[in-house]
Amino acid sequence: MPRSLRERLFMLSMGSFLLLYILWPLGGLFLRADWSLVASASHDGEVLSALWRSIWTAAAATGVIALFGTPLAYFLARQSFRGKSILEAVIDVPIMIPHTVAGIAVLMAFSPKAPAGALLTSMGFSPVNSNLGIILACMFVSIPFYVDAARDAFYSVSPRTEKVARTLGASFPHVFFRISLPLARKGLISGLIMSWARGVSEFGAIVIIAYHPMVAPTLIYDRFATFGLKYSTPVAVQLILVCLGMFVVLRILAAGKRKEDAEI
Amino acid sequence: MIELENLSVNLRTFRLESLSLRIAPGEFFMIVGPSGAGKTILLESIAGLRSLAGGRVSIRGLDVTPLPPERRNVALVYQEYALFPHMNVERNIRWGLRFAALPDDAHVHRLIDLLKLKPLLGRSPETLSGGEQQRVALARALAVKPSVLLLDEPLSALDPSFREDLRDYLAEINRGGMTLVMVSHDFGEVLSLGNRVAVISDGVLQQVGDVRSVFRAPANRSVAEFVGMKNLFPASIRGTDAVTEGGATLLLGKAAASGERLLGIRPEDVVIGAEHPGDSRNAFQGKVVSIVPRGMAFEVIMRTDGGMRITARVLSSALLSGGVAVGGEYWASFSPDSVHVL
Repeated sequence: MPRSLRERLFMLSMGSFLLLYILWPLGGLFLRADWSLVASASHDGEVLSALWRSIWTAAAATGVIALFGTPLAYFLARQSFRGKSILEAVIDVPIMIPHTVAGIAVLMAFSPKAPAGALLTSMGFSPVNSNLGIILACMFVSIPFYVDAARDAFYSVSPRTEKVARTLGASFPHVFFRISLPLARKGLISGLIMSWARGVSEFGAIVIIAYHPMVAPTLIYDRFATFGLKYSTPVAVQLILVCLGMFVVLRILAAGKRKEDAEI
Repeated sequence: MIELENLSVNLRTFRLESLSLRIAPGEFFMIVGPSGAGKTILLESIAGLRSLAGGRVSIRGLDVTPLPPERRNVALVYQEYALFPHMNVERNIRWGLRFAALPDDAHVHRLIDLLKLKPLLGRSPETLSGGEQQRVALARALAVKPSVLLLDEPLSALDPSFREDLRDYLAEINRGGMTLVMVSHDFGEVLSLGNRVAVISDGVLQQVGDVRSVFRAPANRSVAEFVGMKNLFPASIRGTDAVTEGGATLLLGKAAASGERLLGIRPEDVVIGAEHPGDSRNAFQGKVVSIVPRGMAFEVIMRTDGGMRITARVLSSALLSGGVAVGGEYWASFSPDSVHVL
């Protein structure tokens, strides 16, 4: 056997352990699920509304993160300054801390007794046990996933390309939207997917600030605690199917047509 | 055309200090210096891409210091082309036209013809060779009819054959009346293209002048080293005699002001021979310590009996027929007229 082939086989066999570690439990979930229950779960109003809530609250959180995080990511990619690594570390804090702790922190910040929570409550938006609370919790845990990916995406765009565009007569916003953003597009979309996926799968932070209304992970936990494994599995299978479906669609969109700058 | 007045840029690791320059309309102006000298930063400052710590930039008599890059009408071409990878060649070339007050399509067609880009218009930049990409970058820059074209080492990343081509295009663009300011680190390029040259090193302007005069009479050690004057000896001068630190006496072509000065002799003015060349020349006997190939020629490095290190540039044919070899004893000689006092 050629040496290079042997080396590749060695690496592949080592790596396949981890692949198997992901695929085995998930596959088991599908194989051992009671598909009649899965089918009936897809008519269960509580399941559907929890799934839908997971999808749209995570999307809303991702939207807010993208709005504020894109300029931040661009700034981090283009500027070097004292304290930059501290700022980057702060952005990554939500990855490090336990999600229940994140939930408690968000709850304390937005409880009706805290200024921000009081303000929102007085405007008629209660953050506790509401969709808003779910979005706030999702945002907290998802921020690093988008900002890090977006920063790396902007890093990969040559600043000189942007500079040339400026000298050709384009203003900074024009260059940003016409050059930087399209060139960073792939990385940005992958950041959006990661951020959304983090939000959809969030449980620990959400359950602290809003057990109700239920998102899918909360419902799965609720069914598991109340009725046991058999009745929580169908919801889990549904959630996996939705997540994988979205993941595949978005990946295809991101990898797909590289649209040219149509306008001349 | 371009006037820089006490231009200063202050970066964390680098400073460009109080630099003043005038570049005339239609000039092919070169900015040279070793890498890290601040050449690119100087170009970007003219284009408005760097914030200044002080000084003024005027273009066509207008103070553009407060203007952003898009309002200076200055185009820039980088060594690595910086084409827009998500657009084809034609869209790259036409990209700046949308901002032009009077887009001139005929002008763009002329550029496409001049730079022979017609067959490439539909291609994506990443499928082009380096030379092709640089031609596209040139066309894109010129399409917006800039008042000045700034070029940051446009030839450095190219293969020698493409380099020749592009050199011709640049000369032709300059003959068409365009003012060009080009950064280079290669003095050969400067000699073949430029009218005038500014030498900078460590962010400080060392010398400005006609290309040939800078080449012949570098103002100081750093310029001398840059223009390839490899034999530099500190000496004290009295009339037409110069005594080096090692005690060797050199004859000068004409009397210079007395004092401690630096002597410079070009390697191509030094002749290596087996016999003493006669009393009219400066001649030193010594041993050849190394022979280094440099293109079509060799650099022969000799250490004289008095401890001087003399570098001579010898054509390959002369070296081979003369039988000069490492370790041999020879005479290095040069005429008094080729000794420059810096």
